Amino acid sequence: MADTVSLSDAVAELVRDGDTVALEGFTHLIPHAAGHELIRQGRRDLALIRMTPDIVYDQLIGAGCAQKLTFSWGGNPGVGSLHRLRDAVENGWPRPLELEEHSHAGMAAAYAAGASNLPFGVLRGYAGTDLAERAPIGWVDCPFTGERLAAVRAHRPDVGIVHAQQADRRGNVQLWGIAGVQKEVVLASARSLVTVEEVVDELEPRPGAVVLPSWTIDFVAPAPGGARPSYAHGYYERDNDFYVAWDEISRDRDTFKEWIEEHVLNAVPA
Amino acid sequence: MSAVAEYIRDEMMAVEAARRLGNDTVCFVGIGLPSLAANLARATHAPGCKLVYESGTIGAKPFRLPLSIGDGELADSADAVVSVPEMFAYWLQGRRIDVGFLGAAQIDRHGNLNSTVIGPYDSPKVRLPGAGGAPEIATSVRDVFVMLRQSPRTFVERVDFVSSVGSRVRLVVTDLGILEPRDGELTLTRVHRGVTVDDAREATGWELRVADDVGETEPPSDRELTALRELKAR
Repeated sequence: MADTVSLSDAVAELVRDGDTVALEGFTHLIPHAAGHELIRQGRRDLALIRMTPDIVYDQLIGAGCAQKLTFSWGGNPGVGSLHRLRDAVENGWPRPLELEEHSHAGMAAAYAAGASNLPFGVLRGYAGTDLAERAPIGWVDCPFTGERLAAVRAHRPDVGIVHAQQADRRGNVQLWGIAGVQKEVVLASARSLVTVEEVVDELEPRPGAVVLPSWTIDFVAPAPGGARPSYAHGYYERDNDFYVAWDEISRDRDTFKEWIEEHVLNAVPA
Repeated sequence: MSAVAEYIRDEMMAVEAARRLGNDTVCFVGIGLPSLAANLARATHAPGCKLVYESGTIGAKPFRLPLSIGDGELADSADAVVSVPEMFAYWLQGRRIDVGFLGAAQIDRHGNLNSTVIGPYDSPKVRLPGAGGAPEIATSVRDVFVMLRQSPRTFVERVDFVSSVGSRVRLVVTDLGILEPRDGELTLTRVHRGVTVDDAREATGWELRVADDVGETEPPSDRELTALRELKAR
């Protein structure tokens, strides 16, 4: 059963230096508040996983929390590059960052395999690309047709972190709108944390929603606004202006450090 | 070239791509010009065109152009919203998509695309965002449409990294004209009004093959231009 605790207690309890950690959210419900708590608590040497690392991963990387990034698309959607990610890869600042690079389809298959307790996911992918040489993938022959297919090692994060709209008082979670890989990351991870917009008495069933029963989650932590500047369907809109502003803030190391100091390190935890 | 002409050429790219989409076409759409083109098709000759965004929204009918592939309006207006693993496994790999749009930082004469790095992978000059959905889009859809502004930096002899393969690239729409594969090599088949074949040659980093019957694209009609500008103004 999920315990409902504060975000700082949940992160302190669940995440250790050196852990493999996946904070997921495909453009929607991105767990920014949880990412900031990782920075505040000074976690180091994390192996981060995410299909679409964007602003919050740029912040984690620039703050020196990560030693490795496993991903398929790392950018500021609709704006451009992630400058902290680029600085780490191109110049080793604030520390070198090892990359493990996939396609979206490969990442999705790796999470689904992890959730299914399989050692690898299988897909018709990577063929002919240079990614096939770089990504830790293999090839398997179909026992029925002989077709050669790509195999990707399952993602089994130590900790999976997602953001959802609601939990009830027993820790059952419901999220709706664009659901990304949130269900898969929680089920693939050894330990999990779900931050939520609010805790309600009863979850009202919604069409197409993802429901995660309390017993599949370790901690639920209330974090209203915890996806900002991403959005929470039915709660608040995406702050597009901030995504544009981040390009300027993150371009320069000192401006970035000042922003982290003011908005993360000196901010009051949720 | 004046700013107005540049503006018109971006519009020309969207118009020309939109014309290739039919009322029954299911297309996999990214943000930017592809999204503009697909929504223009929906607003003009192909109201039934199905827009699929990789965030999991199938049959999205946005009123305003989305700023990210995961905008809430895409989910609200979609026929179905599915998870990302389902999108890539059942819908893309399941061969339910007719046309997939791709962009890139570099393209070669075979339609191979690079969206990963400029320079060597281990010590890149520029680290780009990465391949995202492109490797499997490029091999799972029936036809790949590439939308790319043409310059010697972009149209290169050899891409620095093959992020996706060019075997299904059927159409490259640029700000100068149209390239289509002929005998396995991208060939200039049309130029936009006011562009010469030499302009296109100069903007290409390899010796550009030009079709014997190279023609001119039809300029945007009033209907197309009005619909396009209305979309952008919303």
